[in-house]
Amino acid sequence: MRRETLFAVNTIYREHDNIDGMYFGAGERALAIVGALRGNEVQQLYICGQLVKILSVYEEHGLLNDEILVIPSINSFSMNVGKRFWAVDNSDINRMFPGYDKGETTQRVAARLFECIRGYKYGIQFTSFYMPGNFAPHARILDTGYHDTDLADLFGLPYVMVSSPKPVDTGTLNYNWQVFGTKAFSVYSKETKNIHHDSAMQAIDATLNFMASVGVLKNKLGGILDGYTPVSAPLHFKEDELVNVMSSKGGIFIPKKFAGDKAAKWEVLAEVLDPYTGELKEEIVSPTVGQIFFSYNSNLISGHETSFRLIPQNQTL
Amino acid sequence: MVQTVATAELPVGESLNIQKNRIVPLGHISNAAKRICIVTGTHGDELEGQYVAWRLADELLKNIEDLRGIVDIYPALNPLGINSIHRGMPLTDLDLNRIFPGKEDGMISEYLASETLKDIAGASVCIDIHASNIFLRELPQIRINETLGDTLVPLAKHLNMPLIWIHASATVLESTLAHSLNSIGTPTLVVEMGVGMRITIEHGEQLLSGILALMSHLGIWAKKMPPTMPPIISDDWHVAFINSDVSGIFISETSHMANVSEGQELGFIADPLSGRVLKRIKSPVSGLLFTLREYPVVYEGSLLARILHGTN
Repeated sequence: MRRETLFAVNTIYREHDNIDGMYFGAGERALAIVGALRGNEVQQLYICGQLVKILSVYEEHGLLNDEILVIPSINSFSMNVGKRFWAVDNSDINRMFPGYDKGETTQRVAARLFECIRGYKYGIQFTSFYMPGNFAPHARILDTGYHDTDLADLFGLPYVMVSSPKPVDTGTLNYNWQVFGTKAFSVYSKETKNIHHDSAMQAIDATLNFMASVGVLKNKLGGILDGYTPVSAPLHFKEDELVNVMSSKGGIFIPKKFAGDKAAKWEVLAEVLDPYTGELKEEIVSPTVGQIFFSYNSNLISGHETSFRLIPQNQTL
Repeated sequence: MVQTVATAELPVGESLNIQKNRIVPLGHISNAAKRICIVTGTHGDELEGQYVAWRLADELLKNIEDLRGIVDIYPALNPLGINSIHRGMPLTDLDLNRIFPGKEDGMISEYLASETLKDIAGASVCIDIHASNIFLRELPQIRINETLGDTLVPLAKHLNMPLIWIHASATVLESTLAHSLNSIGTPTLVVEMGVGMRITIEHGEQLLSGILALMSHLGIWAKKMPPTMPPIISDDWHVAFINSDVSGIFISETSHMANVSEGQELGFIADPLSGRVLKRIKSPVSGLLFTLREYPVVYEGSLLARILHGTN
């Protein structure tokens, strides 16, 4: 492994925010992996750190074919002060791509990062959602016209979701990676600000599956990660086809079902309790038979909040 | 009459309400009566519009006999943000002005956006008042997407703002309230002025007179208003941006809204720890300094100033 400072953000009264990349192998620029773009993406940072450790073993055994770049954190500037977005102006680096090297600070960060990671054949971003909640592990692709849904099967994760980009999504890394010719995937694991070891290991296993399938790894070593069986035919669906289950009342949120669980029609998925009396205010029920793809996980919930997102039965692309 | 446009229960003993004050003429309102909407408080740290909302309601209620149409004033699209000094929607940090047109069956912020948009839709004109953020002080201005110039500039000229900035379109701005309303045929003008977390009374009074002038032009206000100042109309090619290329403390040596000369020193970036000047900031062009850094801590890339140049 070769560790390089790709670029630095100079600050006043703090040490320079160094963006470090871990290079493995040599040859064709095969795969770039990006971790925490936001300051609360601790799980994504953890995944990258563990992946770096494992890839070092692969490299020692001569099992890498081409060049791999892993960038565990781009935003320690915000992570070290407990902020999700850029700690000064609250801007989101993942809405600034492809960046602008003469623009505002986060536009420059995005531009410098993109300069380092464009041109790789494949790109993987470990990322997170803005709402408090858990996803069933999945690979996500933006429908840019350049996307390759079948390639996403190679992760062996249970689900592959294709999202239609909204205007704000045109500034994301995934979108711009694709537009500039990289086969790009976003991998979602269960947690964001807390470490969930099992789903982190599943994300790493999925990444190794992908790398082995596209030939970046000569073969996948046994004994490093055990207990994960790749799904040979992941369920494909479009984000628009998900069924959103909303709360109508605000209160204390008591989930009964979680991401990855099955839901029967009219089954109670969660309760909303009156915070003052403890009485039941609302039962949130499943409107359909399906698989729970997203489950809200904060203890408090407002009315009109997305508490669950379901993949309705028999839903495929 | 205060009306609730959208509501959602919060977790503990409170509801989030988007409210408006509908001010109507005395007596019968004809079906043909025009309606103007004044919207502000989308970003919780932008308070310049609070003064305008209050002054407009005050002026109309004191002179209600001159009102000929409907005026809807929405002072706080992001009431939780205003109450918690939070630019975005608290909890999720979402920028409310990046989720329009919203979704009726979407999450809370999308639902609120959708209901607000439906309520404003169909108005003769909407004025969407923003302040700058806490970092920059802005000359009062109207910002118009270049694709909408022909429609909106004639209306904007009445608003008594010194500058109409016609800017290039950007996909990301398609999620704003103004874009969403303009795309469904409700002409919407975006006002940007002053600085975040503060009220600049002279800017507010200037805009108030402009809103009344526009209302007069549209036949909503019977009082004859004095002529408004002719604005400078610019576009992206006439705006020079000055971004910092070092981190430090910006000390301004120029007044906001001053005319500056090419090569003139506008300020400098200081390092208080070492006592050194890290960089002297000079104007690359001669023109009007219409944006000036207000918040002194700067980083590499921070916008320090914008200068309008090359106009008559």
